[in-house]
Amino acid sequence: MLRNAWLIPLLPALSFVAILLVGKRLPRRGAELGVGAVGASFVLACVAAWQWIDRVEGATGKSEGLRAFGKGVLGGEGGEGGEHAEVAVAPVTRGFTWWQNGNVEFNVGIAIDGLTVMMLFVVTLVSFLVHVYSTSYMEGDRRFTHFYALLSLFTASMLLLVVADNTIQLLVGWELVGLCSFVLIGHWWEEKPNADAAVKAFLTTRVGDVGLMIGIIVLFFAAGTFDIQAINAQAVEGEIGHTLLVVASACLLGGIIGKSGQFPLHTWLPDAMAGPTPVSALIHAATMVVAGVYLGARLYPVFFEGFSIDGGTINVMALIGGTTIIIGAALAFVQNDIKKVLAYSTISQLGYMVMGLGVGAWVAAVFHLFTHAFFKALLFLGAGSVSHSGSHHSFDMKADMGGLRKFMPVTFWTFMIGSLALAGIIPFAGFWSKDEILATAGQNEFTFFLVVGLVGAFMTAAYMTRCVYLTFFGEYRGHGEPHESPRAITVPLIVLAGFSVLAGLVNASALEIEKFKEWVEPTVAFPALEHPEFELAGAALALAVALLGILVSYAYWFRNLGPHGITARNPLARAGYTFLENKYYLDALYENVIVGSIKGAIARASYWTNQRVIDGAVNGVATGAAQVGRFAYDVLDQKAVDGAVNGLAVSTGQTGGLLRYVQSGRVQRYALMLFASVALLSLALFVFSN
Amino acid sequence: MDWFDSGWGLTLAIFLPVAGMVVVLAIPKAQEQAIKIVALLTTLATLAAGVGLLVRFDYDDTGDLQFEANKSWIDVIQSRYHIGIDGIALPLLLLSMVVTVACVIYSWDHFPAPHNPKGFLALTLLLETGMNGTFAAQDLILFFIFFELVLLPMFFMIGVWGGPNRVYASIKFFLFTLFGSALMLLSFLALFFLTEPHTFDIPTLAEAAGEGLVGSTQNLIFLGLFLGFAIKVPMFPFHTWLPDAHTEAPTVGSVILAAVLLKLGTYGFVRIALPVLPQAAEDWAPWIGLLAVIGIIYGALCCLAQRDMKRLIAFSSVAHMGFVMLGIATLTDFGINAAVFGMVAHGLITGMLFFLAGSVQERYNTRELSRLGGLLVQAPRLGWILGFCAMASLGLPGLAGFWGEFPAILSAYEPLEGLPVETFRTFMVFAAIGTVLAAGYLLWMFQRVAFGEPKPEFESAHIHDVHAPEWIAWTPLLLLIVALGVYPNLLFKITDGAVTGVADGVAKAIGG
Amino acid sequence: MALNQFLILSAFLFCTGVYGVLARRNGVLVLMSVELMLNAVNINLVAFSAFVRDVGGQIFALFVITIAAAEVGVGLAIVLLIYRNLDSPDLDRVDQLKG
Repeated sequence: MLRNAWLIPLLPALSFVAILLVGKRLPRRGAELGVGAVGASFVLACVAAWQWIDRVEGATGKSEGLRAFGKGVLGGEGGEGGEHAEVAVAPVTRGFTWWQNGNVEFNVGIAIDGLTVMMLFVVTLVSFLVHVYSTSYMEGDRRFTHFYALLSLFTASMLLLVVADNTIQLLVGWELVGLCSFVLIGHWWEEKPNADAAVKAFLTTRVGDVGLMIGIIVLFFAAGTFDIQAINAQAVEGEIGHTLLVVASACLLGGIIGKSGQFPLHTWLPDAMAGPTPVSALIHAATMVVAGVYLGARLYPVFFEGFSIDGGTINVMALIGGTTIIIGAALAFVQNDIKKVLAYSTISQLGYMVMGLGVGAWVAAVFHLFTHAFFKALLFLGAGSVSHSGSHHSFDMKADMGGLRKFMPVTFWTFMIGSLALAGIIPFAGFWSKDEILATAGQNEFTFFLVVGLVGAFMTAAYMTRCVYLTFFGEYRGHGEPHESPRAITVPLIVLAGFSVLAGLVNASALEIEKFKEWVEPTVAFPALEHPEFELAGAALALAVALLGILVSYAYWFRNLGPHGITARNPLARAGYTFLENKYYLDALYENVIVGSIKGAIARASYWTNQRVIDGAVNGVATGAAQVGRFAYDVLDQKAVDGAVNGLAVSTGQTGGLLRYVQSGRVQRYALMLFASVALLSLALFVFSN
Repeated sequence: MDWFDSGWGLTLAIFLPVAGMVVVLAIPKAQEQAIKIVALLTTLATLAAGVGLLVRFDYDDTGDLQFEANKSWIDVIQSRYHIGIDGIALPLLLLSMVVTVACVIYSWDHFPAPHNPKGFLALTLLLETGMNGTFAAQDLILFFIFFELVLLPMFFMIGVWGGPNRVYASIKFFLFTLFGSALMLLSFLALFFLTEPHTFDIPTLAEAAGEGLVGSTQNLIFLGLFLGFAIKVPMFPFHTWLPDAHTEAPTVGSVILAAVLLKLGTYGFVRIALPVLPQAAEDWAPWIGLLAVIGIIYGALCCLAQRDMKRLIAFSSVAHMGFVMLGIATLTDFGINAAVFGMVAHGLITGMLFFLAGSVQERYNTRELSRLGGLLVQAPRLGWILGFCAMASLGLPGLAGFWGEFPAILSAYEPLEGLPVETFRTFMVFAAIGTVLAAGYLLWMFQRVAFGEPKPEFESAHIHDVHAPEWIAWTPLLLLIVALGVYPNLLFKITDGAVTGVADGVAKAIGG
Repeated sequence: MALNQFLILSAFLFCTGVYGVLARRNGVLVLMSVELMLNAVNINLVAFSAFVRDVGGQIFALFVITIAAAEVGVGLAIVLLIYRNLDSPDLDRVDQLKG
């Protein structure tokens, strides 16, 4: 299967075409094709995962441990830790010529290793659940078929990105998921805000893509290839100059910032919530936005060497991630829209991953990507379930929700599990992954980022408590008749809740399980990373901070303690609140100042230059030529040249006028002249001949 | 099939349309159906000849001229009827044929006012001969004649079937390009008289690679060629004829103009200017690159200021041709390959965009962006095709536009040895920023036209979705956009050998 | 016989013809005067032919007589047409060719 992993993206791609062609004529209007294809991809991904694990375990001589994973599901119990000799397990690759240039052939192909397999599993699983969920959630939508076609296309593109063995192919997948994101955010494009959000998302990520493109180009010339494995190998072995690596990693970081919603290009992600909720869950929480993190993980040797991550000094990557954690979490506090809370939370969590990469916590960052995909998709789908059956298609927590726990028990409990996982409470998935990031940061002596991470954990726990309170507790403030959602919605919630509980256990360092690291961390062309030992104190501290966050928030919301109404009394607090409400004025800066000036003044000035200066010059030349021509015609031609011609004609005429008197027309006069002349000539002859 | 390979096939591909034009002219004006059928059959037969060339082309030897004919023609000036195609000319020749067929089909039921299909189709056929001939000519005089042959039908197309301001636009187009070609002809003559033995033969001149010409003379000759080609491309600041011509031209005229005519200029650079005068090309390359990058940014900014959909697309051509010229300016095989790919991709994509602009105008009787909206509501298929083409145009990977754009940017990182590397890397960054602006104006255009609700004035208007002639005309173009995007080697494999030959020639001439 | 008598006769006849051509207004008379001039020349030709004993001159004379006959035919036809058109044979009125 590993060599045939290209089938996994191909199936959804085929279903995209099929839904476009015949979807509308099918009984379920194309949904069955999408669900079927992605389901099949999921099965294939599981087989691939199974085979990869087999390969790794076989290489380390522990194949008997495999039996424990008979279900083929990664979430199973790990079993033994023990000694593990580092044995190189090379990725499985396959490809063929895609294009050639200057007699050099470039491949398109797949490279399957642990990271890829993990991503395949996550993407196909979440996508499959979202497909199932949408059959009910999107029922009766004006563009149901269209929605499913694009979900399929998105899944195919994301999988293509994941299996790519070269940077160009990665770029192709990267842009295609951006396209799907664009169309799906603008799914209800009749309303202008949705269309605006779609354009904003595409353009903002595209700004980052400039960096990605240039980064790929620099790497190509530095390493002489687009092949990711080869680039990584050269970066690790120091065959690429440090300056080039710095430039390349800085440029690539631009791509990560754009795609993964990092500060300062995070502003598109909250707006992207204008799309349907399943889309938010799949694209803007679980999969597409982690593409940036995936890129960082995939080309990690480049970043590792470029940013000198092993040095323990502050680097741009960790700094960006850290900043994003705090600014995202802070904004989550002031949102009334449940999806916006989750969106800012996603930004903040992506910040953890990027910071994790920045502090050398590769396994932890990727692990957090893995767990986050489950609980964040769960939270989004839960929010969707609430709006679908509880609040009458509204996402406003303060106006239309509250007290829903009584009406929607399944949604409530699964949402609670997701929240606890996000807040990092033991034993849910988020605890293990977040703790590992913090532990590695501490161990690699990135103390500053350890603190940032802890503050972030506190804030995460607090705003999630607020969110849960406003949605499920208190009095019901909506106008509908809340009830539990149908099975197609609740079953995916339950499955995801299961993963949110168990997924952390594949790499639970406290229990000495490090299966995730074993399976996923590359062993070829990869820098030697330090892995932290489990420290009870650190884990306890993280847990305590999270619990404190919950406690404070609980006191404030549930018990009505603390400085309520402080924003009305204290001008400083009010200023801070306004600052947050306006999202640090970044949107205003981008939309009014930058985009506004380019689209308005600068574009108009260019066009003015075009019409007045350049075209004016052209027209001026033309007018000048016409005037020269007129002058030439009036003065030179008509007066001088033609004058000369006419003068000649007139004088000829006058001469002729004189002569006409000779021409009497009378034959006899002519004869007279004839004879007279003959006589004269004869006389002359007579005279002169003598 | 010996006759086909020995030049007759190519000759057929060039002159069939003119034969068809004669037949069309012989049919009485009233028999419109017969005229249309003859025109369609002619273009199809030409395309069949083109497919024949494609099939019998030797892909292991794309760098050499194939289907060559070399007969004496005008002995007094030693100009010969020398035609032949290599890997660079073949795709462009095919592009010209496909686009012409699409144009004839597209205009089947709706000829622009003042109607008169006879005249219109006759001009289209004459245009095709001019375009095909330019791509196949291997003799400077022959090239020049075909190059100029294209002008006249286009002039009449704009001047007769154009919009309200057609007279101004057509005259501007005609004079501007004629000005360029006059200088170009001067350069051709200079080349003729300054080489020994005197010849107009392009391969011979390329073989000599400017040997025996003093540097300053080379530069002067190159300047003449540059002006002739740059106006046709069009490069900043010689582009101002383009928006006017496009805005006023009838749909089919715009399509042919954008899809094929602009390529004559860039093709001229690759076929004549670079191989014949490599040293001058090296001297001029940074300036060409600079103008190309200015064109990219500047064209994009002008797009953002447009209120007319067609004018916006016209300015986008300035930006896109900037990428092509940037690729050429690097003088590397990588860049020139990207440029040739970019030419074909731009021909397909921008041709499609002009078709769409024409269809939108036909349905709404306006191209004002502020009056349009909700196309997806009233004509969803048309709207999605517009979206698809906008995406292709902004260089979305997986569609054809990407493979012209990205490698061109990439090639600017490392131009030919001897060119200023830092300058070109700066160009690269600006070109990459240009892609963001491209996304900006295209998405903005798409949003204004397709998203939202229809404006009140068109709310109750009956808007047809894509109809049959449009489907037939567009499907091949759309399929090609996808096919070239998904598997770019379809094209790179053909061009690579020929381009490497050109680039090696340039590199050798500069190095030695 | 002396040559002189013939030459004097011929000169007299020629001068009479010239006078007729120049002075008379009637087209018929002008034609007759032309005949007079031609025959004066004929006399000259025959006289010289006899004088130098060369028969060529007489051949020329015969030739001239033939041509003169034809010329009179054409000339009379023209005069007739003039008369028909202008109701008069007066040549002074035929001046449409004046400049």
